[in-house]
Amino acid sequence: MTNTLHRFGDAASFHDDYIVFAIPSRGNNDADSVPKLRRFLELALPFQPVNLGDARHGGALRPSRSMNPTAHWNRDVKPDFAAVIAGLNAPTTAAAVFDNRPAAEDFVKAVVAADLGLSVNISTSIEGAEQCCDAAGICRHSVGYSLGFEGKTEHLPHADVLKISTMCGHGMVSASLAKKMIDWVKEGRRTPQQAVTYLQRFCSCGVFNPSRACRILEEARTRTR
Amino acid sequence: MNINPDKCVACGNCTYVCPMGAIYIDPQTRRAAINRDECVECHACYNGMSQEHLNPVLVRAIRRVFQILRVRFDPEPDVCPTAAFEPEELTWPRLVRRAFSDPRVPHESTGVEGRGTEEVKTNDVTGRVKVGEVGFTIEFGRPGVGVWMREIQEMCWALAKAGVSFEKKNPVTSLMTDLATGTLREEILNEKVLSAIVEIKTTVDRTEEIIRLVWEVEKRIDTVVALGVGTRCDADGEDRIVAPILEKLGYRLERAKTNIGLGRAGSRPAPEMRAEAISR
Repeated sequence: MTNTLHRFGDAASFHDDYIVFAIPSRGNNDADSVPKLRRFLELALPFQPVNLGDARHGGALRPSRSMNPTAHWNRDVKPDFAAVIAGLNAPTTAAAVFDNRPAAEDFVKAVVAADLGLSVNISTSIEGAEQCCDAAGICRHSVGYSLGFEGKTEHLPHADVLKISTMCGHGMVSASLAKKMIDWVKEGRRTPQQAVTYLQRFCSCGVFNPSRACRILEEARTRTR
Repeated sequence: MNINPDKCVACGNCTYVCPMGAIYIDPQTRRAAINRDECVECHACYNGMSQEHLNPVLVRAIRRVFQILRVRFDPEPDVCPTAAFEPEELTWPRLVRRAFSDPRVPHESTGVEGRGTEEVKTNDVTGRVKVGEVGFTIEFGRPGVGVWMREIQEMCWALAKAGVSFEKKNPVTSLMTDLATGTLREEILNEKVLSAIVEIKTTVDRTEEIIRLVWEVEKRIDTVVALGVGTRCDADGEDRIVAPILEKLGYRLERAKTNIGLGRAGSRPAPEMRAEAISR
């Protein structure tokens, strides 16, 4: 699962994008990992994450199986972190998303202190991850670089669309919906905050960053191409 | 995936949410339809959209009135108003599409969700990529383009010819009939998936050669490739070997996934949790 690695953008565009995730290794330390994964997510709460999620159930804002028609005017748009933590019931990847470095640094410090024994990764700019490690007084163990997209890149959409759609590395946030939301924000039919609540529900592992998406939609509103 | 024509009201919401753009409104039936060749069974339509259970006849009537009055119909864009999507029971080899495209389904071969690989994310526990080695994740079809398994076959053949070793705990490797030649099972070659990762490991000194080989194959296949390169850091947390090679090849290293080395094998509880257990 490289769902957070290949986000589109340059290093500067990740200044508000820090994903810290814990993952058990199958057959090595996954047997009793569920309480540890829950603990990992609980540790994130004091640092005000913008999203929490697990790879089996999704993020803090999820689609509804039986939406009441009145929900069109009164929809749940508040992330439910408690439900994410309570719903994690099997070994999987658990992720916490932050929109600023100090919060990510403080969370990494807390995770180091908790000594859960699970593999923990930081997905952001290379420099941003190094700063988090420095703040926590630890060294990087391994690094997986994203070399970006190549091959028949003529199939890819506009950069603003890509910046949004690649925030779900599994591809569940479609480029067409991202484009539609950019258009709706341009038209004034929805605010960036409203548009993000639609997009976010499609991400199936909770690593979508609503804060960064809001910024991208706001920037796209006045962009001419 | 199926769309129940008795329920569908052709609102068109689903045409935008499909990552492959495989859903369209059929002008003959005036219902949403799926291009089955292009559908990768990712279930984004079924899992991602919220569902209402409105009466289809009533919704169609309201939509018709709105249309006549030229009133813009402005529903929530992520909702199927009549819960018209109905997952079908997939059989082999179409099953492969969902396994590689629906991130909620763990791969049978590895037990891991998403694309089914741990890569260097658990390298602190598995030691999968050691000092002096490089792990490549060559991902096809991402983002949102998709890939036919026959295109992945091209890359696997080329890599096998170069004598690299395929990662055994990887879903694509598990579909090979011959690891030495990188040959995939023939019956899956005409299946399309949202994305799939070929994972190999080699020595650092072959990094440039492998990347040039990937560039060569990319020209022959009609999709995008997202290349990831993983390596073990020094004792002081630095990578002084692989990054310079990548930069020499023209890559600007912007983003990475950094394993911070907190994992360990075994099931020892965390100190705080041990204390809780004792106090109970």
